[in-house]
Amino acid sequence: MGNLTKDKAETGFMATLRNSPSTDEFIKGLWRENPVFVQVLGMCPTLAVSNTAMNAMAMGLATTFVLLMSNMLVSSLRNFIPKQVRIASYILIIASFVTVTDYLIQAISIDLHKSLGAFISLIVVNCVILGRAEAFASKNNMGRSFLDGLGMGLGFTFALFCLGGVRELLGNGSIFGFALFPDSFQEWIIMILPAGGFFTLAAWLLFFNALKEKRAKA
Amino acid sequence: MNEKNPAQTIEAADSMKMLRAMVGIGIFCALMIVLAFEGTGPAIEKNKAEALEKAIFKVIPGMVAKQTYKLGPDGNFAPASGEEKGAELIYAGYDENGKLLGVAVEASGMGFADILRILYGYDPEKQAIVGFFVLESKETPGLGDKIEKDPDFLANFAAFDVSLSEDGSAVRNKAVTVKNGAKENPWEVDGITGATISSRAIGNIIAASTEHWVPLIYKNQQVFVQKNDK
Repeated sequence: MGNLTKDKAETGFMATLRNSPSTDEFIKGLWRENPVFVQVLGMCPTLAVSNTAMNAMAMGLATTFVLLMSNMLVSSLRNFIPKQVRIASYILIIASFVTVTDYLIQAISIDLHKSLGAFISLIVVNCVILGRAEAFASKNNMGRSFLDGLGMGLGFTFALFCLGGVRELLGNGSIFGFALFPDSFQEWIIMILPAGGFFTLAAWLLFFNALKEKRAKA
Repeated sequence: MNEKNPAQTIEAADSMKMLRAMVGIGIFCALMIVLAFEGTGPAIEKNKAEALEKAIFKVIPGMVAKQTYKLGPDGNFAPASGEEKGAELIYAGYDENGKLLGVAVEASGMGFADILRILYGYDPEKQAIVGFFVLESKETPGLGDKIEKDPDFLANFAAFDVSLSEDGSAVRNKAVTVKNGAKENPWEVDGITGATISSRAIGNIIAASTEHWVPLIYKNQQVFVQKNDK
């Protein structure tokens, strides 16, 4: 299915870049194989931390960092790790980078660390990261793994931002903390509660799938 | 398991490889974490101190200078640098003329989701709490976290009565959270609909903390006033 939409979708600007396989490595994570909207992976942080645009961006970037680092390390060690212990090794690598990220976020801003709460540590079990380590980084060289990680990470960030933007706008009447509506606006509290995450994700999935179907038909 | 396997040597070689990989990665990762911890440590300490500092200035309106005090084992306060670990610290705030405006006190207790850490400002002259700030909370976004943002709730602590009984040994009226809209006395916390447990927790934390601190601070307020004659 991926190939079908790929052939149809890549026209114009995309076509010029298409000759370069490394570009594709990067682009596919952003759109065609978007971890949230297409692969539907990493749902726990997607639903939990996307209650505001800021949280969504921060979570997305933190995940991107861990994904990039773990992809590169896994790729560089791919001939060194025996396949029997590969999952344990990947988890070890990912967990270490998550711990590093946790310290970095605390050093950047305590407030941000406060609002992301337990979800920073939970990046360890984000299946996007383990999925990319197993499916891609363990079979490809470092350069390609880097591009793959960057694309997937930014795709994840984009998806989280899509959710966080909508939820903050409706649930809090603001974007990145800036109020957009007059005070008379009645906030949809449910949108920033967990249930709102499901509603918003469903709406986005509906939108992206409708788009995909339309393209497949055209 | 290895002993029973006919291809023992191959297995042993494999085990060696696995061991090498796991130990190698383990050492590398441990090193990385230690480096990150050491590298970010000072910045994190600084951020935490800054967050506390900002909060202190928020809970004592109008203050421009700060002095930290440490509660000694004899129940007396002594000036401190603020770096003592594990000491019971309070923070006195002064206006530009060096007049004591209030004392900021940290308190904590169980909220709905996790431990709540708050900071409040006590003015010994008015015998009232004059400011309130939530330092740490994991309360439900949109409901419980109203204790941090709700202007009506925060208005409770603009002038919250914690006056002492005649002999000065205890707070006359213990702080208590009442239902939203039912507040009648200045020692009652007007609760939040939708954040019942969290707002009640704040009332309890303040009640427990003021019971301990307010008589002590009131009794020793001369210490804080004098110390600023620089």
